[in-house]
Amino acid sequence: MNRAMDYASVMARRGEIMRSSVGIDYDTFTTGRIAFDYERMMSETGYALEEVKRIQRESNVGDTPLIELKNLTRLVRRISGPGKGARIFVKDEANNPARSFKDRRASLSVHNALMKGYKGVVAATSGNYGAAVASQAARKNLSCIIVQEVFDSKGFEQPEIAEKGRACEAFGAEVLQLSVGPELFYVFLLVLEETGFFNASLYTPFSVAGIETLGTEIVEQSRALTGRNPDAIVSTHAGGGITTGTARGVIKAGSPDTLIIGASVNLQGLHMASDHDFNRKSFTTGHTGFGFPFAIWPDRSDVPRNAARVLRYLDSYVTVTQGSVFYITEALAQLEGLERGPAGNTSLTAAFSIAQTMDEDAVVVVNETEYTGAGKHPYAQIAFAKKMGVEVFRGDPAEEKPGKNIIIPLKPEQIVADEVDLGRLRESYVKNACKSLGDKTVMSDADIDFLCEDTRLSRKMAEERVRENGVSF
Amino acid sequence: MQVQARRGDWVQVHLVILEAGDRAPQVPEDTAKVPLEMKVKGCLVEETAGIGDTVSVETAVGRKITGKMVAIDPPYDVGFGPPPVELRCVGAELRRFLGQEGSRS
Repeated sequence: MNRAMDYASVMARRGEIMRSSVGIDYDTFTTGRIAFDYERMMSETGYALEEVKRIQRESNVGDTPLIELKNLTRLVRRISGPGKGARIFVKDEANNPARSFKDRRASLSVHNALMKGYKGVVAATSGNYGAAVASQAARKNLSCIIVQEVFDSKGFEQPEIAEKGRACEAFGAEVLQLSVGPELFYVFLLVLEETGFFNASLYTPFSVAGIETLGTEIVEQSRALTGRNPDAIVSTHAGGGITTGTARGVIKAGSPDTLIIGASVNLQGLHMASDHDFNRKSFTTGHTGFGFPFAIWPDRSDVPRNAARVLRYLDSYVTVTQGSVFYITEALAQLEGLERGPAGNTSLTAAFSIAQTMDEDAVVVVNETEYTGAGKHPYAQIAFAKKMGVEVFRGDPAEEKPGKNIIIPLKPEQIVADEVDLGRLRESYVKNACKSLGDKTVMSDADIDFLCEDTRLSRKMAEERVRENGVSF
Repeated sequence: MQVQARRGDWVQVHLVILEAGDRAPQVPEDTAKVPLEMKVKGCLVEETAGIGDTVSVETAVGRKITGKMVAIDPPYDVGFGPPPVELRCVGAELRRFLGQEGSRS
């Protein structure tokens, strides 16, 4: 059969390609024009916690150590007020086979692909997830194709993504390296259609279910090491998976009062689809360029219903600067003997600031580390930033301008986690939901209930916001 | 640099996926002005080929992809770079601040 392969025709077949490549009929969970039954989708298409644990044990994934960062805690206490300075722990996820927490997601996605009889898996990812999928696919004898956005129109490759591509190839994957642009998704669809492989999306119920063990392990280890549930967990936020999955696991482990704090690197002002801006950022994930859009409209992902929905779980959301994360990454190596990140250290940088406001006996957990290596290291990123004309100097990180400069703090007191107004993100979410209705500006009671669940807005607030956007119910 | 490859050699090909005028409507102006390009590696299918020739490769999963050959045995040449002066003193500063006078002893 000869099908049109041009951009518009392939994008028009998106729904059909997704259904056959994910194996989920998302329509069966629809309960309104916006509303769908999230928990039923998670329970019917995901995997139960005990099953996830079994699959991950078989895949050598998870059960990573929870490490107390005693010297960083000491440093926090030196700059905190009397009685302040929580104990900081980090979940050392770099101990997974492909060396990041993404193995948890990949192990479930690849297991599901194998169970459903797919011959291979495809993932559209420029991050650690690619290596994780490639690693799990290798163990399970499935073919693997990774589609990455790597280089700009001058041919300069982002060093971190180039390194991740190398890791994928090391595990036997075919790696499609693309220049800058959202049409990566078009290439991804073409590959899914041609191969009939499984779409190992980051945002399926399997992928998010795979992260729940991160939450349960943290609670169990915190109890064993400190005798208490974690007071707060800080989670790097990009697409929303790690935060959603961790929070769900924490609730399942019986610790509903643990605060869930999201953290992103501040890249405001840089356009994520801009050929010019692409290589002016030193962080390729965990930044506001994904963090904000995915919080205010999770269903922009590569599946119709994103299983990662952070506004349901976030108690607060903060940003940190690129220079601050590099500083903390260096401090982690120098004071704790752990060479990790840098992208995974976004949450550690935020925790360093947040711990100063918490009591000394409190426990704050950073829920991931990731491996480091050539290209994927502050040294490589700083050298590349300088080559791209970004100024790097010591100073006050509060003055950092993404794309123009990277300011490495002069002293630890200058590291600040800036609070993002979650109320505004909730309002933006409702605005996007209303916009998705098109010309028929009406929604049902079920839709309003769903908006309340998905944003944590009160019924009254949700109704007001909906009316403001010209939608009746 | 090697300029001739033989059948089975590990090479990289380059393709234009979308020409500058055919980019998605939502892309910013600077991106719309340039093509969407792709690079992929695989084993050369032809008996011999030179840099710049249009060739086919068999990828790691056995797919055949045709493009312009741009590299033979492409290296992974991303390095760490020099330790940047802006980070070099951070460890010693923090140890001093914690009362260890910049030394580990």
